[in-house]
Amino acid sequence: MSKVPFDPTAKFQEYATPGALVSTEWLAANLNTPGIVVVESDEDTLLYETGHIPGSVKVDWHTDLNDPVSRDYVGPEGFAALMARKGISRDTTVVFYGDKSNWWAAYALWVFRLFGHEDVRLLDGGRQKWEAEGREMTKEVPVRAASSYPLSPRNDTELRAYREQVLEHVSAKGCMVDVRSPQEFSGELTHMPDYPQEGTLRGGHIPGAKSVPWKRAANDDGTFKGLADLRAIYEGEKGLAAGDDVIAYCRIGERSSHTWFVLTYLLGFKNVRNYDGSWSEWGNAVRLPIAVGAE
Amino acid sequence: MSETPAAQLPPGLAAVAADFADTPREMRLELLLEYADRLQPLPEKYVAQIDLMERVQECQSPLYAIAELNNDAVQIHATAPPESPTTRAFASIMQLGLNGLTAEEVLAVPASAPLQLGITDLVSPLRMRGATGLLARIQRQVRAAVSP
Repeated sequence: MSKVPFDPTAKFQEYATPGALVSTEWLAANLNTPGIVVVESDEDTLLYETGHIPGSVKVDWHTDLNDPVSRDYVGPEGFAALMARKGISRDTTVVFYGDKSNWWAAYALWVFRLFGHEDVRLLDGGRQKWEAEGREMTKEVPVRAASSYPLSPRNDTELRAYREQVLEHVSAKGCMVDVRSPQEFSGELTHMPDYPQEGTLRGGHIPGAKSVPWKRAANDDGTFKGLADLRAIYEGEKGLAAGDDVIAYCRIGERSSHTWFVLTYLLGFKNVRNYDGSWSEWGNAVRLPIAVGAE
Repeated sequence: MSETPAAQLPPGLAAVAADFADTPREMRLELLLEYADRLQPLPEKYVAQIDLMERVQECQSPLYAIAELNNDAVQIHATAPPESPTTRAFASIMQLGLNGLTAEEVLAVPASAPLQLGITDLVSPLRMRGATGLLARIQRQVRAAVSP
């Protein structure tokens, strides 16, 4: 168990894992609490340099978490080296935050979980809320003593889905959540509206997937919706249940990390995997089944 | 680290490439941020009517750019939100590298020029698409301006 107390904020207590979120108030009061490292992960890699939460370190999804050659994450050596550089130990409480309603923060958190890092928490509302509240930001990069982080195997079986497993899941009529925009789901667009064309050859979705755009789980200020609202969407409207084996996907796995977090930590689903290959793999692969249209 | 020769780049872009090459690796993001901060303010007429500019779709963040031709000197105006500093840096580098060149000189810039600046590893190849897309759109606008 973590030595760092959980945030007692009332809103979080109703979620399945109350300790998975921290509020901006709590974080502001705990910036100097021993055992905590705050990690910023953004879409824009320069955002951290423009100013960040005092004491926070940066982890970039492209240049830190991805393998530089193959489309995969770093291995145990790379991850341990990254953790050592950032001054994170195996028992550190890591609080993630970032831009874009925490897409990349949730994504980084998910990668940390692949390596079995235990105490991971997300700042509700992310960078947007922290800034909107006028809280302190600094350009000063903290000098943290290098830590010793054990070589930890990356466990891809429980939280991550590969293409082959998704195909089996389709055959077994398993539950899938497509968290992209409605236009991407229907096949009308092969990229996110207002986002770069990612070069996917086919549009549409994985047969059997239900469309639940990630944004439905978030409020306009970037915070997560309350439990009742989330249940109404995923359980009431889409018919998912906490015991279901669910695969979430998007375009490259970042938006679906956000939904993976919601299903796993807020709703308490036990078997949720993120298919990080997502549409950029599925929509380009030869002979994989594709469905088009709104349903 | 191998440095890509910047021989085909116009002087302004070659200077940017040299600036990155001369900067220690751990300082290069700071340098990129300095470029972002040098993005010129948008003239009033474009502030009032952003639609006069072209949206750079290759960029993840909303970047609008327009290349004007005044007495055969190219002038680039661009805007992107403060929360997109990498995009602002790309736009600023294009202004520093291309403003004042003739249309012919801008059109002669190789499409791969952004990849020769020495920042690809820094930000990742995927993120460089915004920069190559920006250059392509600037060149298309200039081409349209000289051969309407």
